[in-house]
Amino acid sequence: MATTEHKHPNYMAIFWYLAVLTVVEIAVIFMPVGKLTIGVLLCALAVTKAGLVAMYFMHLRFETRTLGLIAVTPLAIATLLVFVILPDGFAVAKRTEGVKAEASAPAKH
Amino acid sequence: MSQAASAHPAVEPAETPLTPESWGKLGMWIFLAGDAVGFGTLLAAYGGMRATSADWPSPYDVLGINLTAVMTFLLICSSVTMVKALEWLGRGDRAKCRLFLFLTALGGAIFVSLQAYEWTHLINAGLHIGRNPWGASLFGASFFIITGFHGLHVSGGVIYLLSMLRYVTNRPQPEASYNAVEIAGLYWHFVDLVWIMVFTFMYLL
Repeated sequence: MATTEHKHPNYMAIFWYLAVLTVVEIAVIFMPVGKLTIGVLLCALAVTKAGLVAMYFMHLRFETRTLGLIAVTPLAIATLLVFVILPDGFAVAKRTEGVKAEASAPAKH
Repeated sequence: MSQAASAHPAVEPAETPLTPESWGKLGMWIFLAGDAVGFGTLLAAYGGMRATSADWPSPYDVLGINLTAVMTFLLICSSVTMVKALEWLGRGDRAKCRLFLFLTALGGAIFVSLQAYEWTHLINAGLHIGRNPWGASLFGASFFIITGFHGLHVSGGVIYLLSMLRYVTNRPQPEASYNAVEIAGLYWHFVDLVWIMVFTFMYLL
């Protein structure tokens, strides 16, 4: 029966990991380092926290590998999507920047 | 229902190789993967808009993180009460399971209330869908859409958990409701997981 053979990880330990990582996240934004470093650190911390929730609270660690593949597919899609959107966004930003500069430039007559 | 199952009522229908416990669990995982694509798309679009905007306001200055840090902590706590509910049900204690299910739903309800308070505060400060005093108008639109979409998930989760409370109450055998509570837990932890992402990308970054 599923009820008897299901493994229960130490949930309170996971809770403390999550709480501490949240405090670390808040501490990171006050660190005197570059914006890019802060961004990379925050992304790493968020993925770690999400991983802890999925692996232990959602028992993904104790499931089959194929179910894990189903679970990480959206993350891969979303990450790819950022790189699909960015070139277009930068192109639009460049174009509108030119228009803005033209509009704000003093008219020469 | 397959022929084998109707011929032998005690035999379970053919089990899924991915989640031997129940088909429902596989169904919930596939639903969550789809839902995650929805949230992933919203957050990716947010990142794209923000990276290419010249006057994106600083979320830390506009939104503040004191209240949302408390909300994050609350949601993590409600995830713990959810796993405790399932753990007690597994040990056969339905009363404890119902208590922890109730606490989980309560945590979700407080979360949504705090979000309503936060929204009211920000709207009064001038943050609207189409305009705000700090910069890019898409800042307000993306904020309300993403936190609103998540808030709707929490609200739906509270209703789901309360219906699970009834489900457990109506079934004297703890084993009869174990799978259903585990599946509800998957949804609830997913909502927590999404908030971890939203908190990081919309408030901290």
